Parts: sequence; structure tokens; C-alpha cells
Amino acid sequence: MSHLSRRKLIVTGLAATAGTAGLGVAARLAQKYGLVPPDHGGIYGLGETLNYASQRLLARHSLAREFSESQISKPPFPNEIPPFNDAFKRLQAGGFADWRLTVDGMVERPASFSLTELRSYPSRSQITQLACEEGWSYIAEWVGVPLSHILDVVGIRPQARYIVYFSIDPDWWDSIDMADATHPQTFLAYGLNGNELPVGNGGPLRMRLPRQLGYKNVKFVTHLTVTDSMKGFGKGLGSASPEGGYAWYAGI
Amino acid sequence: MATSGSLQEPLGASLPSSASADPASTVTSRHSALVRVTHWITTLCFLALLVSGAEIVLSHPRFYWGETGNVLTTPLFKLPLPSSRNLVPTGYGYVLPDQNGWSRYLHFQAAWIAVLTGLLYVIFGLFTGHFRRNLLPPKADLSWRGFSSAIAGHLRFKRPGEEDAWSYNVLQRITYLLVIFILFPLVIWTGLAMSPAFVSAIPATVTMLGGQQSARTIHFFVSVALLLFLIVHVAMVCLAGFKSRTRAMITGRTGISMERT
Repeated sequence: MSHLSRRKLIVTGLAATAGTAGLGVAARLAQKYGLVPPDHGGIYGLGETLNYASQRLLARHSLAREFSESQISKPPFPNEIPPFNDAFKRLQAGGFADWRLTVDGMVERPASFSLTELRSYPSRSQITQLACEEGWSYIAEWVGVPLSHILDVVGIRPQARYIVYFSIDPDWWDSIDMADATHPQTFLAYGLNGNELPVGNGGPLRMRLPRQLGYKNVKFVTHLTVTDSMKGFGKGLGSASPEGGYAWYAGI
Repeated sequence: MATSGSLQEPLGASLPSSASADPASTVTSRHSALVRVTHWITTLCFLALLVSGAEIVLSHPRFYWGETGNVLTTPLFKLPLPSSRNLVPTGYGYVLPDQNGWSRYLHFQAAWIAVLTGLLYVIFGLFTGHFRRNLLPPKADLSWRGFSSAIAGHLRFKRPGEEDAWSYNVLQRITYLLVIFILFPLVIWTGLAMSPAFVSAIPATVTMLGGQQSARTIHFFVSVALLLFLIVHVAMVCLAGFKSRTRAMITGRTGISMERT
């Protein structure tokens, strides 16, 4: 009995040591390959990190499903967010002629674009689904300029790790990693189903990334910042969402 | 060949003696330690998934079929519940507080722990013969007579005998196999089919189900089936003797000597 329990103790000890060492190595590797989300701390950090890391390993380059024109939801559901602030109302009164998208941070050529300039860049369209974390969804044809094109225009520095994007609503900002930022379906969308993007759906300019849920698709985008760290943005958790209790990564 | 034969004999002969050297620990353990530990981890995860899942449903208590669905779409059915979002027409004059943030965090964390625990359990079960020995119904029970006597016993609320403390009856075996190999895989699959990033990598997970909203609806029904299982399971444990059955799943001891059966 005593030699049995000693053997058990040694085996358990070895297993625990190997497990701890394994976890340490896994954490080091995950950090190196960008598999750790900014909101990895706290009691739900384990699940959030496993979601993000596993989906990055499985789906770094995969394309969101695209649909046929006959599958477009009629009408596209506008999940409106009234009331809008005064800055927005002023720009809306002017037909958004003075709407600007400023891009700064770790870029070679900081710039500011009007909607007309954005529309003059090569446009792309996609018929994709927008799914909300609440459970509802709709399919629409989104038209816009790929975010990667804007990043090419301003020239991002090699140390860039996140693109932070801000709505005209100061409480709504978010960020994505470079895998999403350079993904071919990540758009700054200005058109919907052949028309200008309605205000109800986030017009005049909305971040559109069909591989993540609705709340990552920030409406009324006015500002992009390129950075190598999320420290210094809000509480450093990657976006306003974790500060409100929601996960930074919304691929699930 | 001759050497291996002569080697096997002493090894084979020594097995029974080493097993009988410690009869107390091997004979009276109703459930193996791994079954007991994974059972309770799964219990905690399942309760967390149930509570957080219910909270998430409250933000949109409407269900659809196909790819898309929203408040402008005719639902397949609605739950007669208030919602935590004011955009859902529920007929109630109030809106519940938003609990989706922590509910979603907890739902995925519990799902990860449950899936990893489940994998450990299934691998263990296959290698140790747990499924073959304890869960696959014996051939004799898979007859009309075997089923009818088990069902008749349940209908007459016959209290289980002492031999039932050591083995599962045919209805239990089939139910457990159904939960482990049908309902749990189905609830994991339909859950993943709602993830836009997961289905971008493996689109068949959602197209095979008929769309993302179909996946959500099936996920709901499978969860209801699992909840019904939980209720019946706990009711049967109470009927069979809550103390002895629960002790058996915690310590492994039934309190009933095997020799008497």
C-alpha cells in the first residue's frame, strides 16, 4: 500500500510538473504567434483565449460565406441607435460632405479621407451575413473599400499589431488584429444593396468584417489608429466591449 | 515462440493475485475515479451553460428556420417571455437588464471545459472498456422481453433492488449512450455552426443544417432535451436513494456490499 501511494505521488508530481511546464511553453508560444487576446485576464480569460487562439489557428485566412442575390434579406434590418450626437447631426445636415476618416498612429503617411476620396478607390462588394450576438441576422450586399487598401495608402510600419477604429459615438470603439485588418473581406463599407449605406445600418461609413459578430462592425467610423499595443486605449482590453462586459473577440 | 509462451504464463498467473491483493479498493468502487471526476466537472459546466444559455436566449426569444431571421422576419415560434432588448416585441411592458456580456463569456468558457472533459472521458471509456462493460446493453436485455420488463418496472415505480446499485438497467444504458454520443455532439456541432469564423473555415457545419438560424433553433431544442434528461436523471437518483447514489458518484462507495448481490 505504501509503495503504491509513493508511486502514485511521484507520478502525480511528474504529471503536474510536466503540465505546468507545458502550459508555460504554450503561453510563450501563444504570445509569440499572436494568439492571446487583449482581454485575456480575469475569470473568463481562459475561454476567451481558447476561442481566439483556436479560431486564429483554424481560420486565419478563411473567407466568410458569401450568398446569392436571391438570399438578400428584404428589407435589411436596421438596428438603429438613436439619439445621435450633435456632431453627427451637423454632418448629416450637410449630406456628409464634410465626413472625414483620419488615419494615424504607426503609419508612414498619416492622412484624412473624404467619402468622395474613399469612393474613388477600387471598390469591392460582398453578399454576406451580419449576425448579432443577440441571435438575429440578415444578409445584404455590402460595398466599400477594403481596409487593406487604405492601409497600403498610408503605409503601416512593420511593428503594427492592431488597427483601432472609432465611431463618432465616443462610447463605441474597437480593434482588430492584422489577420482581420488585411483580410480581403474587411471593408470600410459605404454602400448597401446598391444604395448609399443608410444611417440605420451604420452610414455613411461602417467597419464591416463578416467573420465577427455585429458589435465588432462599428458604425459611423471617423478615425483609425495603427498601434503595436492596446495599452493606453481605454482600459487596455482591446475595445469598449470588454469594459461593458463583452468579449473583444467576436468570431463566435 | 517458446520463450514468449513461457513468459506469458507467469505474467498471466500473477495477474489475479495482484488484483486480489487489494480487494477493498477494486471491488467496492461503483464508479471509477475518472468517471466520478468527469461527472461532476460536466455537472458544473452544464449548469453554467444552462443559465448563461437562458440569459442569451432572453435577448432574442424568437426562433427561425433557414439562414436569417430578425424582428422583421416571421418567426418559427416565439417564447412567451420578456426580453432583455427593447427592439424585440414581446407584449411585455418592460425590458429585462442586459446580461449577455458575462453570459457569453461564461457560456464559451464552460463549453471549452465541458468539451475537454468530455474528450478525456470518451478516450478513457474507449480504452478501459467502460462503454462496453457499463453502458452497452447486454444482448439478452435487447429483446422485447428485456425492454418490457424494464419499462414495466419503471411504470410500477418499483424501487430498484440492491443489484441495481452495481449496474445500470437497459433503459439507463440506452439513455446515457444517447446523451453522450448523440445529444452532446449535436449541441456542440449546432453551437459551432452559429460561429461566423468557425463556419468560414468549415462551411459544411452550417450548410448541412440548413442555415445559421436553423442551427440556433436545433441548438435550443437539443438543450431542452438535455435539460429534460437532467430533470429525469435527478428524479431517478432521488427515487433510487439520493444519499447512496450521490455518495457512490462522489466516493465510489455504494454502502452495499458486493458479496450480497
